Amino acid sequence: MSTIETQMLEVSLGPQHPSTHGVFRMDVVLDGEYVVKLKPVMGYLHRNHEQIGEKMTWLGSMPYTDRLDYFCSMTNNWAYALSVEKMAGIKVPERAEYIRVIMAELTRLLNHACAVGFLLSDCGAWFTPVLYALRERERILDFFETVSGARMMCNYMRFGGVRVDLDEQSLAMARAIVARWPAFLDEFEKLMTENEVLLARTQRVGILPRELAINASVSGPVARASGVAYDIRKVDKYGVYDRFDFRVPVGETGDTFDRFMIRILEMRESVKILHQALRDIPSGPCIAPESKLRGFKVPAGDGYGRIESPKGELGFYLVSEGGAKPYRYHVRPPSFVNLTILEDMCLGHKVADAIIILGSIDIVLGEVDR
Amino acid sequence: MIPTVEQVRAMTSLLVEREELLAVAKFLKTDPQLQFDFCSCVTAVDYLKQDCIEVVYHLYSVALKHGPIALKVRAPRALDQCRVPSLTPVWRGCEFQEREAFDLYGVKFDGHPDLRRILMWDEFVDHPMRKDYVPPSAMEAKK
Repeated sequence: MSTIETQMLEVSLGPQHPSTHGVFRMDVVLDGEYVVKLKPVMGYLHRNHEQIGEKMTWLGSMPYTDRLDYFCSMTNNWAYALSVEKMAGIKVPERAEYIRVIMAELTRLLNHACAVGFLLSDCGAWFTPVLYALRERERILDFFETVSGARMMCNYMRFGGVRVDLDEQSLAMARAIVARWPAFLDEFEKLMTENEVLLARTQRVGILPRELAINASVSGPVARASGVAYDIRKVDKYGVYDRFDFRVPVGETGDTFDRFMIRILEMRESVKILHQALRDIPSGPCIAPESKLRGFKVPAGDGYGRIESPKGELGFYLVSEGGAKPYRYHVRPPSFVNLTILEDMCLGHKVADAIIILGSIDIVLGEVDR
Repeated sequence: MIPTVEQVRAMTSLLVEREELLAVAKFLKTDPQLQFDFCSCVTAVDYLKQDCIEVVYHLYSVALKHGPIALKVRAPRALDQCRVPSLTPVWRGCEFQEREAFDLYGVKFDGHPDLRRILMWDEFVDHPMRKDYVPPSAMEAKK
């Protein structure tokens, strides 16, 4: 009896493959169908965002932050504005804080809807779920367009507030979106959550243990699916998040199904926050009167500000020399850091599972590559 | 040596010597009252005037829900001396971010398991985030 000789197979997945969510590549070594080694390769979209930021004025970088995670320009704006406000000591009026919460939670809704939609696409449910998600996302994008003039690159926030106020008509538009959302979630869940194929493909696949998740700086829904009860909205209480009643859903096993489910549950909590914010929004100015557009300067020193963006912890580390430009402008992108443990999650699984595991991390390459 | 402690707008910064970085990091992570188990952000800053590159780690505690504390370490700008100990063995989350600092600033992290370029391509020679970097557009003008 002679044994058949076998050898490992090296496959380069991506960068031009729809399942890699952009120009992302995984160099995979396969033993049969099983992954024995996986190295992420990135940088295809690298444009040295940080150096551009250091050559612009403080405010000049605001539109560039839209392009980081191009799904969630509102939260990117907020993270940058929050960091600068922290350093410059600007106080944001209450109405602006509420508007920011409304925008950020709507962004979370559209991001999570698309994330689960694309994840199901990766599972083989071609286009139906993602088109359901995109249909709902359109309503939010229409709202963003009404308010800010742009659908995706909103460039909406300013240091000390927001660019334009919400009038009664646009508030009614937001209320209509929020009122409709639970019905969409119910429909979506009815179709998907107990689907046998989805359960078979995602349960016990790509388990991320709690200790590794913390140690590897994993944040956002991916960490919470692994049982890390850590939400920056609750911990830092930035903005006016301490005024809202909402819960932080936490997963048990940390597998791909938990990461799917956590996003559905977070959408339900976001709807709760939105109901409260749209009910309680006070009147007043939408931008701090001392906020300057021209000649804006930040006192010398360094500072780190972070928010809970839909993908995880989005932070900005800024160093000022007291001038009109930042001396150092660094973005801490959640999806870039969350990719650190991709290999650990994929080892021992089939190559088709690696695609789903990547989909469940929810990356955006504009942010990974910067 | 006692590290330099600086307090800027409610954020504490610790500036430590390179030789002591690893020990300080381990202490911050394991001390029961501190428990900084979450290394959120790693980056470098090029201080051209002081002739040094500063690597900054921002630490939080998930267990005790406090932070941040900034852990800073400085290295000379000269490429052959620009090295600091890697904290990837302490916090796995530093892995890609230290690779990024190496790629863009040329800081070598001793003890890093896989120190390669991450955003620029492998054949690229310079470190583009350094303040004295000359972009290729200046080379094109020569033609």
